[in-house]
Amino acid sequence: MKSVIQMKQLNKVYEDGFQALSDINLEIRKGEIFALLGPNGAGKTTMISVICGIVNPTSGTVTVDGYDIIKDYRASRAIIGLVPQELTTEAFETVWNTVSLSRGLFGKAPNPEYIEKTLKALSLWDKKDNKIMTLSGGMKRRVLIAKALSHEPEVLFLDEPTAGVDVDLRKGMWSLVHELRQTGVTIILTTHYIEEAEEMADRVGVINKGRLIVVEEKNELMKKMGSKTLSVQLPFSMRELPEDLKSKRIDLEADGKVLNYTYDTQSEEDDICDFFDLLKQNGISFKDITTKQSSLEEIFVSLVNK
Amino acid sequence: MNFYAVKAIYKFEMARMWRTLGQSIASPVLSTVLYFIVFGSAIGSRIDGIDGISYGAFIVPGLIMLSVLNQSISNASFGIYFPRFTGTIYEVLSAPISFVEILLGYVGAAASKSLVIGTIILLTSGFFVDMEIQHPFWMILFLVLTSVTFSLFGFIIGIWADGFEKLQVIPLLVITPLTFLGGAFYSINMLPPLWQKISLANPVVYLISGFRWSFFEHSDVSLGVSLAMISIFLLLCISAVAWIFKTGYKLKA
Repeated sequence: MKSVIQMKQLNKVYEDGFQALSDINLEIRKGEIFALLGPNGAGKTTMISVICGIVNPTSGTVTVDGYDIIKDYRASRAIIGLVPQELTTEAFETVWNTVSLSRGLFGKAPNPEYIEKTLKALSLWDKKDNKIMTLSGGMKRRVLIAKALSHEPEVLFLDEPTAGVDVDLRKGMWSLVHELRQTGVTIILTTHYIEEAEEMADRVGVINKGRLIVVEEKNELMKKMGSKTLSVQLPFSMRELPEDLKSKRIDLEADGKVLNYTYDTQSEEDDICDFFDLLKQNGISFKDITTKQSSLEEIFVSLVNK
Repeated sequence: MNFYAVKAIYKFEMARMWRTLGQSIASPVLSTVLYFIVFGSAIGSRIDGIDGISYGAFIVPGLIMLSVLNQSISNASFGIYFPRFTGTIYEVLSAPISFVEILLGYVGAAASKSLVIGTIILLTSGFFVDMEIQHPFWMILFLVLTSVTFSLFGFIIGIWADGFEKLQVIPLLVITPLTFLGGAFYSINMLPPLWQKISLANPVVYLISGFRWSFFEHSDVSLGVSLAMISIFLLLCISAVAWIFKTGYKLKA
C-alpha cells in the first residue's frame, strides 16, 4: 500500500532542552486508520504538530503525499485536516462562520453546499447560526471536526477525538471515522482510550518518551504480544494451590472459586492438555471453562513499562 | 498567493468590527466629539486662532491622528492576540498560508477599520468647524500610511504580549502621551525653544505635522521630513515583523 506520510530521523528538542521526539521513522499508509498510543507527554501531540506545521522540527524530514512539510508547505498542508486535543474555538462566532473561515484558510473557494453537507453529517445543521459558546462540549468537538473537514482533506489527524465525550457520542465518532475511511481519507488518531484503537485502528504505533517502541498491524500485535487466559470455574472454594500447580501463570481469584491459567498460543512450551492433566492428577473437577484474549490496553501497559 | 485565505482572515476580522459596532466605531467617534465640544467649542472659542487657522479647525488633524493611532494598534494587536490566547491560532499556523498572507489579512483588516474611523471622525468634525482640505491626495496618503504602519506596530504588540495588560501598556502609556505631546492640540512652535527641540524626538510630531499640512498648508516640520520619518517607522515595523516570522517568535515552538 502506498505511503502518504513519511517521517525520517525526525527529532524535536524544545528550547528548554526537552527531547520530545527521538529519531522517529514512520510511514503512514494511504487510506489506513493508524492509532498512535502513548502516555501523557510521550510525544504524540508534538509529532502531529510537526507534521501540521505548528511546531518546527529540530532535524529529520517529513513528507506528506511526497511533499516536504517545509519546502512544499502549501501542498503538504492543503491535504491535511487537524482536530486538536483542546476545545479551542472562536467562542463568539457562529458555527457557520467558523467553518467557512477554515475552508478559506486552506485556499478553497466558498462552497456552501459542501459545508451544509458536512454540518448535516455531524448533526450540526440546526446549530449553524448558534454562537459556539452556547454549544455543549460534544458539539464543540464536532465543530472542530467540521472545521478540519471543511477543505476536504485527504489526511485527517484526530488528537484525542473522544476525550471528555459521553459513550453515545464516542460511538458516533467511531462510526464517523469509519465512514470517512470509506471515502478514502487516511486517519491518524491519538487516544488514551485503548479500546478506541482496538475498535478502529488497522495499525498501531506505541510511543514513549519520544521514541517509537513498536509499529504493528493491530491484529498481529495482539496475536504476537497478547496472551490468553483460561478460566476454570470450580464447584468449591480452593484455599491454596496444590504444590504442582504453583506457577507464575496459574492463580486463584473470586475467593478461590476460579482458577486462571495464562498461556501463550504461539509458544510450544505452553500446552493446555498438560494443564488439564495437572487438574486431573490433583482430583480437581470443574463446572465451566472460559477463555479471554488479552486486550490492547494490557499489551500497551506491558510495552510502556518495559 | 492564497487569496482565499487572505480574504477569509480579512472578512472574519472585519465581521468582528460590525459585530461590536458600539466598541469599534461609536466609542472612538463619541470621545472625539467630546474633544470637539470641550477643546473646540467651549475652551477653543476663547483661544485665538493659530497662524490664521481657527483653534477648532486646527485640532481636527490631531484628533483624527489620535484615534487612528490608537485604533490601528488596538485592532491589530487584539486581532492576532485573541487567537493566540484562545488557542485557535493553531489553524492559521497549520494552513497553507505564508506569513505575508497572514499579515495582509490581519493588518489589512486593522488598517481598514482605522481608515473607516478616521473618515467618520473627519466627517463628524464638519458639523463643528468649517474647513477645507488643501491637499486631499496627501491627506489620504498620510492616513493610509499611518493606519498601515501603526497596524503593523499593533500586530507586533499582539505577538509580544502574553496577557491583556501588556496589550494595553503601549497604547496607554506610550502612544497616548506621545500624541498629546506631539502637537495634537497645539503647534510645537508655541513651546519654549528647549521643549521644541525635545519635541522633535517624538515621532508623532512628524505624523501630525504632515497630516495637518495636507489640511491647512501649516506644518511644524517640512513635509519631506514628515514623510521620511513615517517611512522609517514603517520599515522598522516591517523588519520586526519579518524577524518574528523568520524565527517564529512566540508563534512556533
